Amino acid sequence: MLFVTPLLLVTAVGVAAADLYGTEASVRPETAVSAAPPATLSASPAASPYPPEEYAEAGIALARSADAHDPVETTDSGDASHHGGGYKIVQWEWSYVQTPYIIAIWILVASVAKILFHFSQRVTTVVPESCLLILLGLVLGGVVLIASKKQLYQLEPGLFFLFLLPTIVGDAGYFMPSRLFFDNLGTILVYAVVGTLWNAFCTGFSLYGMKLAGIIDEKVEGGMMEFLLFGALISAVDPVAVLAVFEEVHVNETLFIIVFGESLLNDAVTVVLYKVFISFVEVGPGNVQTADYFKGVASFLIVNVGGTLVGLIFAVLLAFVTRFTKRVRIIEPLFIFLLVYLAYLTAELFSLSAILSMTFCGIGCNKYVEANISQKSRTTVKYTMKTLASIAETIIFIFLGISAVDKSKWAWDTGLVSCTLIFIFVFRALGVIGQTWVLNWFRLVPLDKLDQVVMSYGGLRGAVAFALVVLLDGHKVKAKDYFVATTIVVIFFTVMFQGLTIKPLVKWLKVPRSTNSKPTINEEIHERAFDHILAAVEDIAGLNGYHHWRDKWEQFDKNYLSKLLMRKSVYHKGELWEVYQKINIRDAISVIDQGGNVLSSARLSLPSMASRTSFSEVTNVTNYLRENGSGVCLDLQVIDTVSGGKVEEETETHHLLTGNLYKPRRRYHAHYSRHFMTVGDKERQDREVFQRNMRSRLESFKSTRHKAKGRHKKERSQKKRKGSDAKEQEVNGKPRRNVSWQDTDPVTAPVDSPEERSEEEADKDEDVGITFVARKHETLKEPLKERPKSDMLEVYQSLAVIPPSPTCAEKHLPWKGGGGTLPVCVSMETTKIIPIDLQQAWNQSISSLESLASPPVQAEPQHPRVRALSRAEAARGGNSGGSDSGGSGPAQDPRFHFPNDEENGQSLQQQESQPLMSSMKPPAPPQVSSTQGMGRRPPTFNRNPCVYLRSLVSASPPGSEPRSRGPTQL
Amino acid sequence: QTYLFQYTFAVTPAHIKRLYKRFQALDKGNKGYLSPQDFGSVKELATNPIGDRIIGAFFSQGQETVDFHSFVRILAHFRPLDKNRAKRPDSPEPINSRISKLRFAFQLYDQDNDGKISRDELLQVLRTMLEMQVTEEQLESIADRTIQEADLDGDNAISFDEFRKSLEKVNIEHKMSSRFLH
Repeated sequence: MLFVTPLLLVTAVGVAAADLYGTEASVRPETAVSAAPPATLSASPAASPYPPEEYAEAGIALARSADAHDPVETTDSGDASHHGGGYKIVQWEWSYVQTPYIIAIWILVASVAKILFHFSQRVTTVVPESCLLILLGLVLGGVVLIASKKQLYQLEPGLFFLFLLPTIVGDAGYFMPSRLFFDNLGTILVYAVVGTLWNAFCTGFSLYGMKLAGIIDEKVEGGMMEFLLFGALISAVDPVAVLAVFEEVHVNETLFIIVFGESLLNDAVTVVLYKVFISFVEVGPGNVQTADYFKGVASFLIVNVGGTLVGLIFAVLLAFVTRFTKRVRIIEPLFIFLLVYLAYLTAELFSLSAILSMTFCGIGCNKYVEANISQKSRTTVKYTMKTLASIAETIIFIFLGISAVDKSKWAWDTGLVSCTLIFIFVFRALGVIGQTWVLNWFRLVPLDKLDQVVMSYGGLRGAVAFALVVLLDGHKVKAKDYFVATTIVVIFFTVMFQGLTIKPLVKWLKVPRSTNSKPTINEEIHERAFDHILAAVEDIAGLNGYHHWRDKWEQFDKNYLSKLLMRKSVYHKGELWEVYQKINIRDAISVIDQGGNVLSSARLSLPSMASRTSFSEVTNVTNYLRENGSGVCLDLQVIDTVSGGKVEEETETHHLLTGNLYKPRRRYHAHYSRHFMTVGDKERQDREVFQRNMRSRLESFKSTRHKAKGRHKKERSQKKRKGSDAKEQEVNGKPRRNVSWQDTDPVTAPVDSPEERSEEEADKDEDVGITFVARKHETLKEPLKERPKSDMLEVYQSLAVIPPSPTCAEKHLPWKGGGGTLPVCVSMETTKIIPIDLQQAWNQSISSLESLASPPVQAEPQHPRVRALSRAEAARGGNSGGSDSGGSGPAQDPRFHFPNDEENGQSLQQQESQPLMSSMKPPAPPQVSSTQGMGRRPPTFNRNPCVYLRSLVSASPPGSEPRSRGPTQL
Repeated sequence: QTYLFQYTFAVTPAHIKRLYKRFQALDKGNKGYLSPQDFGSVKELATNPIGDRIIGAFFSQGQETVDFHSFVRILAHFRPLDKNRAKRPDSPEPINSRISKLRFAFQLYDQDNDGKISRDELLQVLRTMLEMQVTEEQLESIADRTIQEADLDGDNAISFDEFRKSLEKVNIEHKMSSRFLH
C-alpha cells in the first residue's frame, strides 16, 4: 500500500486543485470497476466480457494520466513496465494495475465492512449504516494519516459528481414511485424551492450577522456574499444522506417521498445559488449589478426547466430505443444505464441541473422501459442499479469519514460551527412549519405535526454539500478552510446524531410507518376506478383539478405516447393485465421459494421427494388463484377438436382394462430412478384401496350435487397431501367426483361408467406418480391396446384415452367429442384442461419473464402447444395421431412430478430458454414435457369448479352431446 | 338553504355558490333540475370509461332528475376529510367519511344494488376500464383473481365488507377526495 502512495498522491493532489479534467481521468477506473461487479453478478453473458476490457483500458488511461502529471513518479515506478534488459519470467506490473487495483481494494473494503456491520443485527438496527461507514472512514483515514503522514484519499468532487452521485440519483429516479411522486409534486416543489431558498438566505444572512456581531472569529474572512454562498451549499438537504437514513426508518410513504423528493429537486436551487454566489464572490459584491440578480433568477429557471427537459428528452429516447431491443435483449440494461447516465452528463455539460435531469429521465422512462424490456433485463437493471447505488453510497460515506481526518484541509472556528449548526436546524424547522401551514390549505391530506417534526429533523446534509465546499476556490473564498470544517461537522452531526436519533424519535412519536405491503389486484383495480371516478366528478363539478389533468394526461399517454414508445405487443396487453401477471409471477416465485424452504421440514424423508411434494403442496394453494384465472382463457380456446371414432373405441377399451386391472408398482421405480417421488407408497396404496371403494360408493352419490367451492378444493388438496386416511380421501373424492360425475352423469355408456369414472379419478390422483414411461411407448403406433397387458403402461391407458387427434390431443374436450366419447373423458379432461391452463399461465409469466419473444398472450395459449406437439409428432414420424398424442399427453403430465430442486432448476432454465412452447424444437421432447408438466400438474387438485363449469358451458359447442352439457348448466 | 348545506355537508357558502353556478350551467333550459342528458353535455364524461356510472350515481333509483340538493350531496362525498373539525358524538357519519366514500365507489360497481359485487358486475367495470386492450379471457382471469383475492366468505362475490377490507391499506382519504369543496 505504501509503495503506491506516491502515485495516489499525484491523483489526490491533482484533484485538490479542482482540476476537473485531471479528476476525470483518475476517476474513470473507479466506475469501471464499480460497474464490473454488478455486471458479472447479473451474469448476463454479454456483460461479463466487457468489464475486463474497461478495466484494462482504465488502467492504461490512468497510467497515462499519472505519467502526464508527474514525470518523476513515472520514472520511478514506470521502470517496472519498461522491460529493461532481458526477458523476465515474472514481472512486477504494479504501476500498470495500480489504480484500478486500489479502487477495487477500496470497494472490497467497503463491501466487507458492510458485511461485518450486518453480522451484528443489534448494531445495525440501532445505528444507521451511514454512521458506521463514516466511523469506519474516520478510522481508515486515521490509519492512512498515521502511516503516510499525509491524507492521500479524500472525496474528490469530480469523482463524486460524475460517478458516485449519478449512480445514486439514477437509482432513485428510475425506481421513484412515480404516482406518489406526482401526487405530492406540488408539496415537494414548494419545499425544494421555497424551502431551500429560505434556508440558504436565512442561514447566510444570519451567519453574516453573527460575523458582524463578532461571535464568529475575525479569522473567518468573508463578506456577505461568502456567507450567502456558504448558506447556499449548506442548506440543501442531501439525497444520499436522506436516502441512507430514511430507508432504514420506514416512515410512511408520503412523508418519505416529500423529504426525499425535496432532497432531489432542491439540487436545481442549490446549483444555481451556488453558481450565482460564486460569480458574485468573484466579481466582488460591489460590482454586482441589478441585472445580475435578474440573470440569477433567469438562470434558475433555465437550469430547472432545462434540466427537466433534458431528462425528459432522454427518457423518450430511451423508451424509444428499448422498443427495438427485442433481438438484442442482452444489452437492454446497458441502454438504460447509458442513456440515463447520458442524461446526467448532458445536463452537466450545459451546466443544467444534472440531478433533476436524471431524476426526471428515470421517472419518465420507467413505465415504458419496464414494459418493453424483458423480465431478465428488468432484474438486471434493478440489481445493477441497486448494487451501484449501494457501493457508491458506501464509498461516499467512507470517504466522508476519511476526508474529515485530513487536518490540512480545514480550520476550526467554534463560533462558525456552532452558529451554523443552530441556524440550519432552527431555520429548517421554521421553514417546514411555515410552508406546511401554507401547504395544508391546499393539501387533501394535511401534514400533521408529527410529519413536520420528522421533516424538520430529517433535514440531513451530506456529501453534496461537502463536494461543493471542497470545490470552492481557496484563493477567492478566503474562508474556505473554515467552511470545509464547518460543513464536515454539520454533515457528521446531521448524519450521525440526527440519523442515529431519528429512529427512536419516530418510534417515540408513533409516526405512522409504511406498511410495506405488496399491491393486490383489488387495490390496483379499485384505485384505477377511483381515478376515473374523481376525474368524472371533477368534470361534473366543472373544476379542472388535479384529477382532470391527470385524466387528460392518461388519455394522451394512451393515445400517443404509449403507442410511440411501447412495443405493439406490450401496448396491447394493457396495464392491468401486466399487473395481474406480475402478481402471478410473484406468487409463483414465492411458491418456489417456499417449496425450497419446506424441504427441510417436510414430512417425507427423501430429500428429492420432499421438495417435490412440498412444492406441489404449496403450489396447489397459491396456484389455486392463478389457475382459476388463466384456466378460463384456455378452456375457451381448447375447444375446437373432434375426436375420431377410432380413438374413442380405443379409449373405451382402455378404460375398461384400466378399470379392472390393478395398478402396477413399476412406476414407482421409475420415480426413484429419476430421484423423484411423488407420493409415498403407502399413500398410493391407500389411494388404490380408496379407488376401489369409491367405485361402489359413487353410485350412491350419483344424484347428489355438491356445490363445490373453491375453498373445498384447496382444503382438499391440502388434505390430500397430509393424510391418506379414508375419510379425507372421501372428502377429496366428493368434489372431484362431483365435477366429473355431474358432467357425465347422464352418460351414454351406462354400464361401465361409474367404475370408469372412479377409475379416472383414481388416475387423476395417480397422475402424480406417472413417469416418462409413457413417452417411450408413445412411439409405438398401436400401443394402446397392448398397454393394458404390460404392467408398466397400465396407468397411462386411461390417460391415453383422451387423445382424439394428434394436434388437438390436449385440447380435445370430451363433451365436444360427440356421442361416442366416453364419460371418462370428462374427468380426464378435467385433469387435462387445467394443466394446460396452468401451463399457459406459466408460459405467459415466463414469456414476460423471459420475453425473448414477447408473445401476444391472448391469442397464443394453445397454438404453441399444438405446434410443439405436432412437431414432436412429426419427429417421431408416421405415428398415428391418436396414439401419438395420447402418449405425449400423459408423458407430459407425469413429468411434472419430478420437480425436485434439480428438476425445478432445469425446467425453469428450460422455460427461460424457451419462453414459448412454439420455440421448442422437436428433438427436445423431454423439455417439452418438463416445462409443460411444471405448469400443469398442481391444478389438478385445486381446480376451481366454478371456472371449470363455466368453461364447460362456454366451451361446449352446439353439436356436442346434450347430456354432458346438462349438468354444467346448473 | 345554504345553511342547510353547510350543516349537512359542511360545505362553505363559497362552494355552494360555485356549485350552483355549475349547476345552472349544466341545467339547459333552467328546469331547476338536471336530467341525464344534461350530464351528457359534459364532453369529458364521454371519454371517461365509467362516466355513465357516475352519472347514474346522481340519480337515485327510478328517478330521472336530480335537484341541486342531491347534486351537492353527491359531490360532497368527495370533500377531503377535515381533521380540525371536532366530531360531535351525536352527529351522524359525515358524508365525506372514509366509509361513505367507499360506499359510493362500491355502489358504482354494484349496479343491481344487491350489496355484492358479482363477477359479472366486476367484469363490466373491468371491460369498460380496460377497453380494447385485453381479451375477454384475460378480463375474466383478472376478475376471477380479483374475486378470489377479496372474497372471504366464498360466495364468489365481493360484499361491501370484503370490499372495504381489500382496500384497507389504501389511502382512501387521499384517493377519493378532490380539491374542490376544500
